[in-house]
Amino acid sequence: MLLESTERGLFCAAGDFYIDPWQPVARAVITHGHSDHARPGSRHYLAEETGKLILQSRLGPEISIQTLRYGETVLLNGVRLSLHPAGHVLGSAQVRLEHQGEVWVVSGDYKLEADGTCAPFEPVSCHAFVTESTFALPIYRWRPQAEIFREINDWWRANQEMKRTSVLLCYALGKAQRILAGLDSTIGPLFLHGATERFLPAYRQAGVTFPATAKSDAQNVRSAGGAGLVLAPVSADNSPWLRKFGELSVAFASGWMQLRGPRRRRALDRGFVLSDHADWDGLNQTIQATGAELVWVTHGYTSQLVRYLRETGRRADAVDTRFEGELEAEIEKAPGSPNVADAEGA
Amino acid sequence: MKRFAELFCALDQTTRTNEKVALLERYFRETPPADAAWALRFLCGRLLPRAVPTRNLWRWTAEEAQLPDWLLAECYDAVGDMAETIALLLPESQQGTTLPLAEIVEQRLVPLRELPERARRDLLRRTWRELNSKQRLVWNKLITGDFRIGVARTLVIRALAAAAQVDPAIMAHRVMGSWSPTSADYLRLIAPVSAYLSELAQPYPFFLASPLEIKIKRGENLSALGSIDDWFAEWKWDGIRAQLIRRGGESLIWSRGDEMVTEAFPEVVEASQMLPDGTVLDGEILAWHGEGPMPFSKLQRRLGRKQVAGKTRSDFPVVFVAYDVLELDGTDLRAQPLESRRQQLEVLIQRAAAQFNQAEPRRVLDAGETPMFPGLEFTCDDHGAPGPPAFPIRLSPLVPACSWEELTRYQQQARQRGVEGLMLKARRSPYGVGRQRGDWWKWKVDPFVIDAVLICAQFGHGRRASLYTDYTFGLWHNGELVPVAKAYSGLTDEEIRQVDSFVRTHTLEKFGPVRAVKPVHVFELAFEAVQASTRHKSGLAVRFPRMNRWRHDKKPEEADTLDSLRSLAGLEKQGR
Repeated sequence: MLLESTERGLFCAAGDFYIDPWQPVARAVITHGHSDHARPGSRHYLAEETGKLILQSRLGPEISIQTLRYGETVLLNGVRLSLHPAGHVLGSAQVRLEHQGEVWVVSGDYKLEADGTCAPFEPVSCHAFVTESTFALPIYRWRPQAEIFREINDWWRANQEMKRTSVLLCYALGKAQRILAGLDSTIGPLFLHGATERFLPAYRQAGVTFPATAKSDAQNVRSAGGAGLVLAPVSADNSPWLRKFGELSVAFASGWMQLRGPRRRRALDRGFVLSDHADWDGLNQTIQATGAELVWVTHGYTSQLVRYLRETGRRADAVDTRFEGELEAEIEKAPGSPNVADAEGA
Repeated sequence: MKRFAELFCALDQTTRTNEKVALLERYFRETPPADAAWALRFLCGRLLPRAVPTRNLWRWTAEEAQLPDWLLAECYDAVGDMAETIALLLPESQQGTTLPLAEIVEQRLVPLRELPERARRDLLRRTWRELNSKQRLVWNKLITGDFRIGVARTLVIRALAAAAQVDPAIMAHRVMGSWSPTSADYLRLIAPVSAYLSELAQPYPFFLASPLEIKIKRGENLSALGSIDDWFAEWKWDGIRAQLIRRGGESLIWSRGDEMVTEAFPEVVEASQMLPDGTVLDGEILAWHGEGPMPFSKLQRRLGRKQVAGKTRSDFPVVFVAYDVLELDGTDLRAQPLESRRQQLEVLIQRAAAQFNQAEPRRVLDAGETPMFPGLEFTCDDHGAPGPPAFPIRLSPLVPACSWEELTRYQQQARQRGVEGLMLKARRSPYGVGRQRGDWWKWKVDPFVIDAVLICAQFGHGRRASLYTDYTFGLWHNGELVPVAKAYSGLTDEEIRQVDSFVRTHTLEKFGPVRAVKPVHVFELAFEAVQASTRHKSGLAVRFPRMNRWRHDKKPEEADTLDSLRSLAGLEKQGR
């Protein structure tokens, strides 16, 4: 086996490196900057070029980090390693490993629909595929994002009519930028919470353009008279900070909003089903497209996907992870507190 | 169906009461009566019985979605709502139907139950394919007979009252009565007040007591309520709250769940013939034996049957313990002060009992027996002898306390008397509608408590779907933790999130949807009663367990033992 599952995470013995380890190691290959994948404390990091600023912002500017562009190859102790777009967030990559004719691909987190803020997902053929399974149940099937953005725009307009500020909660890395780029910015002024503003420079450097925004302080937001939309992290829900804005309608954009239960339990006004992960059909299509003979499943509804794959005639196994993708990520990093666990990016 | 499904989704998408009422009001104003009648019925929680057995519903869903059964079960586990799970699993469909709700209900839903299996499957499939995803969710909710959508009935009534421009209290009264989901009945419900003829069968909306505030009972600070002379104290009975209606020479019994339970209690109906026409009493139905009430479980034996057999009747005799009179000689007394209503109630029952006793010989109390509820006897005591009266409509006695201290002592003895605690009612209080704070308080006995260890967890339902909220707790016995109770309520959302994340990271083993977790956390459980049980591994069954607080200060080995729970059961038995 080219990879093995260890206490610290996925380990490639031949190349002597880990992929997304959750404990400090000598060499860590990182699929993307979410905190359940990029953990602090390792000696050397390897990641995709456009994700470098994100990792430095997350793990500290002093980390030792080497980068690759998508498709570029390096040799690590005889293992050929390359990174390929995962379509999840800026700089998210699938890790392709080749050693003695055997090809493995570790997906990290991925999404099939292109959103214009990061390189779109490309299936990579391989012998063995390590896939995430955050939404690996057939109840999770996404509608096209154009429809979801239409819903968000309509909600924003309806709030404006009632002079109610729209607050859209979302994960600060990935989702926030995707929404900012996808919204109809002609509707009204846009305001950003510090956490959602934090990663914009990395995106801008990668060539992504965003509409004009302002800082979401109470004076700015109130002066818009309920016409504005505030993009805020999940942790801002029910906070004193939000209450300063006057009358609100609060919504959350996440794949978890597919179910009424999680939406109702947060007492949200609206839930928009917008996910940065593959849905049930997306996972199965991708597994098919890789042509993999062996599938390892991690991060989420692992046992369910493993059983389904086995019953449909594939070799599949569950791989343990410290982090369960089914975890409804609650805690987001407050700006300037680098070591707090944050969005798992659902 | 289109309009109703859109109403459902719109209601589901707001947490604001005013918006919900506005949506409902607009719906009632714009919808044809035939559809509105059904909608009102469903929104009031009166559903049709489940139309398709669960087993078949899952099988046909599996066929439509082309997925294995076990995967459907996993999905249900994550969603926590059968109707929603099925709606999410069925293949995509966009267009939707334009058939009116009444037609969908009368020509699809109602026949569905009667059809042979094959035809039933075909009709169900055809309907699924015609509906879009919003409509499917509503349709599935109708066929599974579970239609909770987080809209209180009082809001529905408020909206209907606004749409019809009728006073909400009158509308509450109308909706509570009997009506069928037809255009004609609906038009009658929304008719102007003058045109509406009161149905003889209709009960009044119940007035409900609020739990006594903790700061009052904890500090024994009852004087915050003013002088005890301004209050009546009664026992809080553990029975079925009901209205006994005597109008037009007929008797009816309505339970607080708006169910007509007349047939279940023939002795009360017979006795009610002694009441004058145009009488409505509010009270409690209890199974009564000798000197006191029997446990609620005995009373349950009388429910859910059309005919009560002679043996059930003699084994579990019931009484109607009256505590209020809402209508006398056809006049609504609810605006009068309780004090005055109570006086009229006493006279009324005294007369009725005397009349009844002339016709029926009375059992006399055996020598040495003392009545547990002094005061109950005067309902028939026209001969001076103490004893439980034979007349099954009785006056709920006042608790004879002259001071708050004395009342507190009575409250503490409640469990021994087989009652749930005390009721405090302001003497000047009118009979209100629903739960209005201030005039009526319930003061229940303190529950039993025990410290138990969290040992298993499972996903909750509804808004707690995909979250570990349903827990099993264990107590120590011979060095092992034996499961004794399941509890779901009592934690804050924040605590639930903490437990949820603990469960995910400290699972020892998975048994289907149940996760056994590392026994680390101790919770104080509260419960109302504990009885021996052969159905539970522990040999004990606790009634209504819930989590009082998370004992962060206790280690698992400091939790209580099964023996300590057993001794509570012993006390419980002695008390009864």
